[in-house]
Amino acid sequence: MARTLAAATRRVLGSRRRGDRAAAAPAAGAADAALVADLVEAIGADRVRADAAARYLASRDASIYKEGNAGPVCYPGTTSDVVACVKVATRHGRAVSPRGAGTGLSGGAAPLGRPVVLSTTRMDRLLEIDLDNGVAWVQPGMVNLDLTRALAPHGVHYAPDPSSQAACTIGGNVGNNAGGPHCLAYGVTSAHVAAVEVVLSDGSVVTLGDLTAEPAGYDLRGAFVGSEGMCGIATAVAVRLTRNPPAVRTMLLSFDDVSDAATTVSAIIAAGIVPAAIEMMDQRCVRAVEDFAQAGYPKEAAAVLLVEVDGAAGGVAIAADRVAGIARRNQAVSVRTAADDGERARLWKGRKSAFGAVANVMPDYYLHDTVVPRTRLVEVLERIYDIVDRHDLLVLNVFHAGDGNLHPILAYDSRVPGAEERVHAAGREIIEMSLDMGGALTGEHGIGVEKREYMDRMFSPVDLDQQSRLRASFDPHCRMNPGKVLPSAHSCSDIGALKAADAAGVWG
Amino acid sequence: MAHFDEALPAFAAEVGADGPVCVRGGGTRWSLGGEAAPGTREVQAPEGVVAFEPAEMTVRVRAGTPVAALHEELAESGQRTALPERAGGTVGGALMAGESSIARLGLGPVRDALLQARYVCADGRIAGAGAGTVKNVSGFDLCRLLVGSLGTLGLVGEVLLRTFPVGETERWVRLAGADPGAVRSCHTAASVLWDGADAWTLLSGYEVDVDDDLSRLAALGACEDVDGPPELPPHRWACTPAEAAAFDARNGTAGPFVAEIGVGVVHASEPQPLRPVEPGVAELNRRFKDRFDPTGRLNPGRDPLRKP
Repeated sequence: MARTLAAATRRVLGSRRRGDRAAAAPAAGAADAALVADLVEAIGADRVRADAAARYLASRDASIYKEGNAGPVCYPGTTSDVVACVKVATRHGRAVSPRGAGTGLSGGAAPLGRPVVLSTTRMDRLLEIDLDNGVAWVQPGMVNLDLTRALAPHGVHYAPDPSSQAACTIGGNVGNNAGGPHCLAYGVTSAHVAAVEVVLSDGSVVTLGDLTAEPAGYDLRGAFVGSEGMCGIATAVAVRLTRNPPAVRTMLLSFDDVSDAATTVSAIIAAGIVPAAIEMMDQRCVRAVEDFAQAGYPKEAAAVLLVEVDGAAGGVAIAADRVAGIARRNQAVSVRTAADDGERARLWKGRKSAFGAVANVMPDYYLHDTVVPRTRLVEVLERIYDIVDRHDLLVLNVFHAGDGNLHPILAYDSRVPGAEERVHAAGREIIEMSLDMGGALTGEHGIGVEKREYMDRMFSPVDLDQQSRLRASFDPHCRMNPGKVLPSAHSCSDIGALKAADAAGVWG
Repeated sequence: MAHFDEALPAFAAEVGADGPVCVRGGGTRWSLGGEAAPGTREVQAPEGVVAFEPAEMTVRVRAGTPVAALHEELAESGQRTALPERAGGTVGGALMAGESSIARLGLGPVRDALLQARYVCADGRIAGAGAGTVKNVSGFDLCRLLVGSLGTLGLVGEVLLRTFPVGETERWVRLAGADPGAVRSCHTAASVLWDGADAWTLLSGYEVDVDDDLSRLAALGACEDVDGPPELPPHRWACTPAEAAAFDARNGTAGPFVAEIGVGVVHASEPQPLRPVEPGVAELNRRFKDRFDPTGRLNPGRDPLRKP
């Protein structure tokens, strides 16, 4: 939540400071009047907004991307409301962009070409807990943490736990194939979705996947998860329930040298231990977090690792001992084990408030998300510090070290002339370095618009053509959230969809 | 994408750009989803482990490699993959069938095992999907689409698979007359099987945890060490976990059975009747096939919707 609030604050400040054109956006023009009237007729006046404020809020996500441009914003309450909105939009030749809580960090929810925005915030109910089949059916607007809280009395939880879990929605998690610290042992969203009810771009409703061990046909559920709203809109999701582990041990390992911390991460994995989570923070991040959240982190440490092992009690004790031994052999200066749930919660609070804490360091930040082979962390961190130094920027490193998922935070002040340009230049180098190391463009934040034009650095034209076929199989006319993920050369129909709307005026 | 394994271009050349073609692996699930249409040319995928990185917990392997041979090599470093071992079965075959191992409770489903794939498309070109890292959400998830597709969308030549540490202790035990639900509550249970009367379980993990679970199981009744799972009837049914746990009631149509508790797979004596498919889902399956293989040359005659 802290991170999301910080992002929202930044957004408002940013608009005042820069005189953002969106702040002065006019109300929907005549071009939208007929569309809005039809949407109102379809789902009711209280579920459609076309005023500048609503459209402005729906035009951004938590990334720094500012070019989003929402058409009318709908707040459907049921699957049939969603169907009705999609049909109206199609009749008016307009695209549709789904939207959860808007906590995405890659511009995936930033609507392009003034589409009808479908916000799932009023579809936030837990529909059914089915313990016999190990799933819960939830509506897409349900907040991730609300789901886990609702499941607590049953001794189970929903494993993916993004840092924004107090605000982000299950539908958004499905769209982004979201991750989180505990995905090291448990896997990202796709491993936790058994089935999903989807409204396709032609308004038809299909259920992808089912509760059986191996659904018949292609794994369309798997193809849909992570498709960033471009294949349809999830209207109900069967999420898998994970049994709470009988025992958990959370440790804070601190080091005088960042390389020792990184070496420890690789050594833990190499020893055949798969902790539930291995998170790493460097000194600048530790200090910011400690000033902000008083989590009890050692501010003198060059880096800390937050390691959690879970499972049956005996094995947890053994694994924790082995982790501590590996850390000491790699010059850990302290190994602290949380004595109780309170201390454990404090240690995690530090990690989860890292993004909020950055606000005390600099007014703006750009959060990156790339993946590298986890055996190359030492080398990768040296390269990141070198890149950031050359661009005269500040970096705070806080990331999912166990699976090599980097999150360098470039902190800056956008009022300083040239700062944003330096941030983008450094970001580009970090992305290219990650790919050169054999890595991936994104581990959990998605491609959205921000990494779209990097896709051909990672994939060949043939690869991208195959991805484009996947999308077109779901949505032949590219009407769902057009303009995302695929670089422009591979999404010709998207460009058509965007041009059609542009003709009606950008903010008309 | 940048550096193809040298075996891939040769495989692509063999597949070519036209004419019906299928890949023969170990042939263990050869009739799954239908027989290859008459006149279909058979090719074989390249074989061999390309790179095993134990500290990364990944292995790059060519699709024609037998799973058992792969696992033998991984075992030297105390690891394995989630793919099932069948006599002669290959990595590519296991991925294209998409059927999980009986230790799925512990290892997860096959569809979560594939991190990266290099495959020959219908037009004969080589495509890549996924990334060389354990975590990745860059672009659309073609890897999951390929798993279980019976080679009808592309012919897989080389893959990167996630590996897992093998439990320090692994023991199969048989529990006469035990409630399989109670067995399932053991934390180290990587497999729980039930034939309507007796239960079997594979306990896998740290010795201390396996011993704990064994004493818990002993309290349920007679508990004896066995060499492995019971003999599995020949036909595989896909059910919900709840249906598998109540399978007894349907004994009339399935014959003697062994159910995988907590998973939903049931090994039965008779084939599973074709499952009803929503018309919308059937239509989507057709669209995928048409987009990825417009001339229908890849594994003609086979249809994942007709997998039991």
